[in-house]
Amino acid sequence: MNLTATPARRQIHPPQVPASPFPYNPGSLLSASDLTLDEINHLLTRATVLENQDPLTRDRILAKRRVALLFYESSTRTRTSFELAAKALGADTTLVSSLSSSIEKGETLKDTGLTLRALGVEAIILRHNSSGAPWLLEAETRLPVLNAGDGMHEHPTQALLDLRTILAHLRPGVKAVTAETLAGVTVTIVGDILHSRVARSNMLLLPRLGARVLLCGPKELLPELAAQAGPGIEIERNFESALRQSQAVMMLRIQAERLSGLQLDLEEYKANYQLTGQRLASQAPEAIVMHPGPIIRGLEVTAGVADGPQSVILEQVRNGVAIRMAVVERALLAGHKQGGRA
Amino acid sequence: MTALVIRGGHLIDPAAGVDAVKDILLKDGRVAEIAGPGKLKQANGAEVIDAAGLTVAPGLVDIHVHLREPGQGYKETIATGTASAAAGGFTSVAAMPNTRPVNDSPEITRWMQAPERGASVRVFPIAAATRGSKGEAINDYAALKSAGAVAVTDDGYPILKDSIMRETLAAAARVGLSVIQHAEDTRLTQGASMNAGPTAFKLGLRGMPAEAESGMVERDIRLVTELRDARAHLHVAHTSTAAALAAVRQARRSGLRVTCEVAPHHFLLTEEHVGMYSTNAKMNPPLRSAADRDAMIEAILDGVVDAIATDHAPHAIHEKEVEFESAPNGITGLETALGLSLRWLHKEWKMPLGRVLSLLSAQPAALLNLKGRGTLTVGSFADVVVFDPKTEWTYSARDTKSKSRNTPFDGWTMQGRVRWTISEGRVAYKAETC
Repeated sequence: MNLTATPARRQIHPPQVPASPFPYNPGSLLSASDLTLDEINHLLTRATVLENQDPLTRDRILAKRRVALLFYESSTRTRTSFELAAKALGADTTLVSSLSSSIEKGETLKDTGLTLRALGVEAIILRHNSSGAPWLLEAETRLPVLNAGDGMHEHPTQALLDLRTILAHLRPGVKAVTAETLAGVTVTIVGDILHSRVARSNMLLLPRLGARVLLCGPKELLPELAAQAGPGIEIERNFESALRQSQAVMMLRIQAERLSGLQLDLEEYKANYQLTGQRLASQAPEAIVMHPGPIIRGLEVTAGVADGPQSVILEQVRNGVAIRMAVVERALLAGHKQGGRA
Repeated sequence: MTALVIRGGHLIDPAAGVDAVKDILLKDGRVAEIAGPGKLKQANGAEVIDAAGLTVAPGLVDIHVHLREPGQGYKETIATGTASAAAGGFTSVAAMPNTRPVNDSPEITRWMQAPERGASVRVFPIAAATRGSKGEAINDYAALKSAGAVAVTDDGYPILKDSIMRETLAAAARVGLSVIQHAEDTRLTQGASMNAGPTAFKLGLRGMPAEAESGMVERDIRLVTELRDARAHLHVAHTSTAAALAAVRQARRSGLRVTCEVAPHHFLLTEEHVGMYSTNAKMNPPLRSAADRDAMIEAILDGVVDAIATDHAPHAIHEKEVEFESAPNGITGLETALGLSLRWLHKEWKMPLGRVLSLLSAQPAALLNLKGRGTLTVGSFADVVVFDPKTEWTYSARDTKSKSRNTPFDGWTMQGRVRWTISEGRVAYKAETC
């Protein structure tokens, strides 16, 4: 007997869910889904312009503006590229990390944010181990907040730099993106989807440009309901089959720090999901291979694939600086007639 | 004690089957006389409350509140919590034992009821089922009952071990106490902060599966079945899933003494109301799916639900202004339960007013065997709520009598404004506009 089925006899009109008040600040970048296609275009365009601009004029754009990097988790790529990006535009940057700050003494995120604002900080780049932390920080400070990765939730600048990388290879020469720019393109994200903020931001961003996102991984790391996160998302558990359909393959690291008691047979994982040279050559000889880093060589990808000709992993890193220049510029100039955007 | 007459109000007393304009005389903390308009015989010299055009009903009974004393007076005190109760029309509140220290002793049970606490309405302590609510050794229920405890529970720390839960149900039945279970298999909810499902996945939060609740309810019902001859009474606190309700429905058909309550937030809100990590939408059990929420509404309308209880759980502002995963569970609810129930159950979903009031008074009082509460017949306690049934108003958390304002219903439209709350013959709350 099915005990859970209660026949609905009445038409019930329940209370509505209120619209989200976020973002409070037009310069914020909290979620990949906050960006309109126009804004995506603007950021991609500015990334290219800023990347090619003379460093001596570029560093006047945000001369002496104050940007804080607030990092509750370790980071190499994201932190360094945000810092280099802000500095390339002339901003003063300051790094506050959870170790070696008053956060260690128990200062809350709210108080840390208000303190930074009182110090004259005009935008905060936040990396946090708790999903949703950037929303809290933005609500409390009303400053532009750039989400540099929150828990298992989102990493929107990573999705933007991944998009830039994908466009460069699969749609070279495209000037402005539309809802159809990536029509016909399948991007497969492989591995630890459950714990991945990179996966979540990419699966929200790429379908907006017409891409099909295939998610591939074992049930423990990829629940069925992941496909409900948005349009254009499908699940393909068979890695070979997913590879055959892909023009881009995004490999993810197993996030040991977030497994939280989950038992995973790594040998079995490698047997099923490791991207090896043999798998790549036989199933997707034309696809680009991406990875947000850090890579654990010999686990999700072999060293040969990471260093191989199809790998664009270091290009992604390089694109990170360009994209983050555009994002930091938008943070501080949003709402002003600057950088080609009203 | 002075006498008080409530004149000309429309008395709705579902337990007594009264639905008519009546004058009521309250004397020495009890209902002394009820008569047609102008027909009271002993009203001379009594103070008069003019209730013309207003609804008069038994004072509301909330069998699930957290008053935070002893130990966490910065969140709430018995004085502020009961002031908030009175403002919401409640005259009886059953206080959960997850205090600091845990209320697992007759001493604390008595301390909570002492006049020095400054309670505006009657507080009925619910004692811990096990020592320190650790789920290991059961307490002396006879001693707790004689100190005033009306039920036992380890609310918030569900009793996982079958043997301990069986012993709890049997021992409580022997002394005539109910066992209230916060149904959550905590082995399935480690590190989780909202309902498991697509919304939790999208928000990157670990989810509490519905089975953590329904599985525990099913286990408890199995134990009650084994103890059928002992007439054990299991009460399922804050039911939030369709599956748990279905299990309760089935148990009742089998003639078991299994009851359940539903909180307003569980019949009104869904996981979508978490929005972008609103900590005022974080509680345990969490806001569930729309299907679960709809099942709550259906079960209330169908009569499967025995009581509306708020799970009033105040937390200081600074405790909720943190990362969603770090925020404590719980929301306040005493001042919004009546207004939301009238606005939605009565007005929107056409539940008769008497039935709504019964879920908020007569039924919960009967469920915990609170004698003389939840009804207004001669001789019962003079616990009365007088409210304007039609008035719509906007709730402002800023104006709360509670020490805390962690509510998702700030700015919501309420129906039915409380004008007077009378606890044992004394005015415990009077609206400023009167």
